[in-house]
Amino acid sequence: MTFQETKEKAESIWRDFADHGKRRVLVGGGSCGRAAGAHELMRVIRIFLQESAVPIAVHEVGCLGLCYAEPLVELSAPGMPRVVYRDVTAENVLDLLRDFFVHGRAGRDNAMAVMDGPATDGIPAFAELPMLKGQVRVALRNAGLIDPENIHHYVARSGYAGLAKALELSPDQVIEEVRKSGLRGRGGAGFPTGAKWEFCRRSPGGEKYVICNADEGDPGAFMDRAVLESDPQSVLEGMLIAAYAIGARNGYVYVKAEIPLAIERLEKAIAQAEELGLLGDDIMGKGFSFHLHIRKGAGVFVCGEETALLASIEGKRGMPRSRPPFPAQSGLFGKPTNINNVETLANVPVILERGGESYARYGTEQSRGTKTFSLAGNIVRTGLIEVPMGISLREIVFDIGGGIPGGKRIKAVQTGGPSGGCIPDRLLDVPVDYEKLTEAGTIMGSGGMVVMDEDTCMVDIARYFLEFTQSESCGKCSPCRLGTRQMLRILNDITSGRGKPGDLELLQEIGSAVRQGSLCGLGQAAPNPVLSTIRYFRDEYEAHIGEKRCPATACRRMAGVRARGRFSRPGADHDGAGGAGRGRTAPALQPGGP
Amino acid sequence: MSAPKSEMDATPAQLEGVFRRYRGERPELIPILQDVQSVLGYLPPAAIAAVAKFLRVPESVVYGVATFYAHFHLTPQGRHQIRVCQGTPCHVRGGRRIMDAVRSKLGIQPGQTTEDRHFSLERVACSGSCALGPVMVIDDKVHGRMTPQKARKLLENLK
Repeated sequence: MTFQETKEKAESIWRDFADHGKRRVLVGGGSCGRAAGAHELMRVIRIFLQESAVPIAVHEVGCLGLCYAEPLVELSAPGMPRVVYRDVTAENVLDLLRDFFVHGRAGRDNAMAVMDGPATDGIPAFAELPMLKGQVRVALRNAGLIDPENIHHYVARSGYAGLAKALELSPDQVIEEVRKSGLRGRGGAGFPTGAKWEFCRRSPGGEKYVICNADEGDPGAFMDRAVLESDPQSVLEGMLIAAYAIGARNGYVYVKAEIPLAIERLEKAIAQAEELGLLGDDIMGKGFSFHLHIRKGAGVFVCGEETALLASIEGKRGMPRSRPPFPAQSGLFGKPTNINNVETLANVPVILERGGESYARYGTEQSRGTKTFSLAGNIVRTGLIEVPMGISLREIVFDIGGGIPGGKRIKAVQTGGPSGGCIPDRLLDVPVDYEKLTEAGTIMGSGGMVVMDEDTCMVDIARYFLEFTQSESCGKCSPCRLGTRQMLRILNDITSGRGKPGDLELLQEIGSAVRQGSLCGLGQAAPNPVLSTIRYFRDEYEAHIGEKRCPATACRRMAGVRARGRFSRPGADHDGAGGAGRGRTAPALQPGGP
Repeated sequence: MSAPKSEMDATPAQLEGVFRRYRGERPELIPILQDVQSVLGYLPPAAIAAVAKFLRVPESVVYGVATFYAHFHLTPQGRHQIRVCQGTPCHVRGGRRIMDAVRSKLGIQPGQTTEDRHFSLERVACSGSCALGPVMVIDDKVHGRMTPQKARKLLENLK
């Protein structure tokens, strides 16, 4: 089958799927949706459909990004608006279905948005939802709209058009297009993707590899998981284009094992692409061949670092090594290797299809295009968003995310996970831009954004991150292995009322040594959460050290030192979320096993 | 580390099925260990030795890898794997209280297995369902919007 024929078939399948004349139920079935109960929901819906007099189709789709409202169910029928309902449960779903399909009435309880038209009966249009306004979806173009386990849906929505275009160009022209787009690595470091590909292309060697880094490890980051679960073909197509550009015939997806649904969908996506001749030998009849393998991670954070990742695929302990040589020169099995993150690759097909310049229209001078973020923590609308670079953190948190729940005040926004820092309330107008965020003491990171309210103790947060990096340090280099341990000790002292004058200076001194002396990004960035909180929340540290007091009343071990009324309130636990607090013990993050 | 003798004896035959899917090359070590563990539930000494022999590498190499990666267990695990997420978003939304509730309910610490081998408890850094935090994962199924009460109830239903 030629690609043209593949496309025509896909379009007819898609028309059938999206047909307004048909009755259809869509259930948001990413991990988030399932965690909120989508699976049980599917069961109840199926029973209803079996008993229905008229045929009604049901499909599981990916993630629309409105995780706070999960489970989401979209209903459509002839002559009815296409309505997505929120917080659907096994209890209320039958009424919804009966109203919609039997009585021809779109119930308004739990109605969230009209998917394909203007506001109707007081139900707002999807694109007008506050969480959607201001978003530009490129990497997430298909998320929640297509069945991720059906390659035809992807192809019908311009899928593999980017690859088709790339195969008409020379590899150098493909790299030039990516260069023009201004795309930079979305895994966090922000290295220009075009330059990275060129570096690998120019490296001598007949055998080369393309690797997709799907070992998304920052706590609070779930963009890559959502892309893989919602639109796995976009990542495969990005890898194919990269492979063609650098001259690779084999590739790996290194994916973290904690996201089994993403792995399952990726496996299906690979099988389907092979079946359609879009992966394998002589792709699209152009003589280009590419084979793809999946490698599952085994629960080690540092394996997201590219040299550690390579060691892991080679079957070794996943420890980083010094660079140069860079992976582009000597990577997997000593061959030139190009490693890109999931989101980076998901953007590539669109860049090829629409041209690099169209992508570069979005964003700022140095940071082009769009960026996905996962919103989590103390924020009203948690979920997954994609925004043009240059938007301010304040717009993200308040306009898109709906601000802070419970009438609380915002204290900080944490980006970049354990490698990033905390931006205080007063600096929230900083634009999302690689350089501007670095100047502010944090990093773009992969896109995890954790919002913290006034009940969060920033010293505890710094301690929390150090506990994480200290336990995840692979131990190969001493600045990271020993430095993080010493910093954690000091932070444990400070948060339990044993802080001493001079501790902050000592933390800064050790932090600077760890930053300069560590072998890889894990160690080099490990001091960031501490240094950024000392920079912006010094008064909180000083209260802990000088007055033996936790201003956020979060550090429970301080309470015994200087008990005041509000310190003993139940629920003032370290997690700052209220409720019945218990005695605080803090076992290190267990590496598992004995 | 003290696997009952019967389990150690039982392994080699079961492993043949796993080995048949591989060529016996060093880069296959981690996928092989993952498959072996999914068959046996953990990596007993006999299995480590068999894998080493299959790949023609010293056992120390296999141990080195098996002890480096958090997912590999050298001791038998409980029938149900309970993972309580302690990622940042879960942390700021009360993840510690969930861990405390589970810990006291099961009477074990993270990294341990109950004596009846019903449950193993682990502390994980992030399970990727942050928007629904705090989160608890039971045998690969993610349960969101946890409260200590809900967590206790889920465990009771498993007994």
